[in-house]
Amino acid sequence: MAVDYSALKAGGFMRQMQKNHFSLRLRCVGGTVTAEQLATITEVANKYGHGYIHLTSRQGIEIPFIQLKDIDAVKADLAKGGVQPGVCGPRVRTVTACQGGVCCPSGCIDALEVARTLDARYFGRRLPHKFKFGVTGCQNNCLKAEENDFGVKGGLIPEYDEDACIQCGLCEKVCRSKAIAIEDGKISIDRSKCNYCGRCVKSCPVDAWQGKTGYIVSFGGTFGNAIQKGTELLPIIEDEETLLRVADAAIDFFDQNANAGERFAKTLERVGWDKLQEKVEVAYHG
Amino acid sequence: MADFNITDSVDITDVVCPVTFVKAKVALEELEDGDILSIHLNDGEPVQNVPRSIKEEGHKILKLLDNADGTYDLIVRKVGD
Ligand code: HEM
Ligand code: SF4
Ligand code: SF4
Ligand code: SF4
Repeated sequence: MAVDYSALKAGGFMRQMQKNHFSLRLRCVGGTVTAEQLATITEVANKYGHGYIHLTSRQGIEIPFIQLKDIDAVKADLAKGGVQPGVCGPRVRTVTACQGGVCCPSGCIDALEVARTLDARYFGRRLPHKFKFGVTGCQNNCLKAEENDFGVKGGLIPEYDEDACIQCGLCEKVCRSKAIAIEDGKISIDRSKCNYCGRCVKSCPVDAWQGKTGYIVSFGGTFGNAIQKGTELLPIIEDEETLLRVADAAIDFFDQNANAGERFAKTLERVGWDKLQEKVEVAYHG
Repeated sequence: MADFNITDSVDITDVVCPVTFVKAKVALEELEDGDILSIHLNDGEPVQNVPRSIKEEGHKILKLLDNADGTYDLIVRKVGD
């Protein structure tokens, strides 16, 4: 029987060094797996694998040592428990996310919700090479947004309400960018210094700082063989619709311009960052 | 500090995060609703994080006094039992 390895790879089965064995990658969005799914995964790992799973570097789960002959049975068992295979190869990969907005008090956006939206829109889309999305809730960047082809970082755009302010002085203290100054009881903000961390909003005891949700996007990040940090090309994005327009523009640009087997960063180096800049600016302005 | 009728005070300059917040929280727990606690804390991480955690717990921050010696006094009104 001729084995179609690329079809298996597209379905999340990674060929192992051991003959006829595959490590099955699962679809995990934002590193979140329900207890019910975990029970199913446990069952499959015990029945068809070697009784363990591997956690990948991008919040994924793999079940190693699945035999070629069991692949259909494994897929069926997983499907019954609401678990889908992931993808490998030249496609949009697992969308990663931190717990910002769900549990973490520092979160400026609901990172998991954004990851789910991106996953629903792009997961598995065939492209010239792999393409990674990552969503982090705030400037602390626990999810390392810039290591992705398309990174999203949550921010809050602070607005000051003078009438509510009790002059406690906290916001000036908590701003690590030194964007806030209090002089003779007057509060001012230097917008060029503000990185939208949201600390002023979250610290102000009387909510005199209100924050509008925003998304800071970076392009062309990649880790692995040739590490490159993603680059910000746009001002902070203020609504999800615009975020998705910008994401569409970036992924279409990659699809149309990349050579087979070329990562986004390399494409941008070859055809020019300014070309992408033009496209995403158009998308940004609607 | 004359503006506030301080019920109790706690010094958290002798501990580091995360015990800073824990110490302040314990001091608040011993008070009654409406009581006022003065928290003596250091510049840096403590002043950046402790007031925010106290706000998130639902208490009311009334004032941050800068002692101009690298320490502050945070005046908090306890909310709830
Ligand atoms: C009020 C309580 C706490 C506050 C305000 C706090 C604050 C922070 C902050 C701001 C960071 C740095 C994040 C960054 O810049 O990437 C951090 C890191 C960390 N915190 Fe806390 N934390 C608290 C409680 C705790 C507790 C209870 C533990 C564990 C017992 C803990 C363990 C850590 C660890 C392991 C790191 C990572 C250090 C590293 O990356 O080298 N923290 N914390
Ligand atoms: S990136 Fe921010 S929101 Fe996300 S887990 Fe880290 S601190 Fe929390
Ligand atoms: S959002 Fe962050 S950087 Fe901007 S003013 Fe507030 S504390 Fe400073
Ligand atoms: S933290 Fe809030 S109340 Fe205190 S000085 Fe800043 S804006 Fe005013």
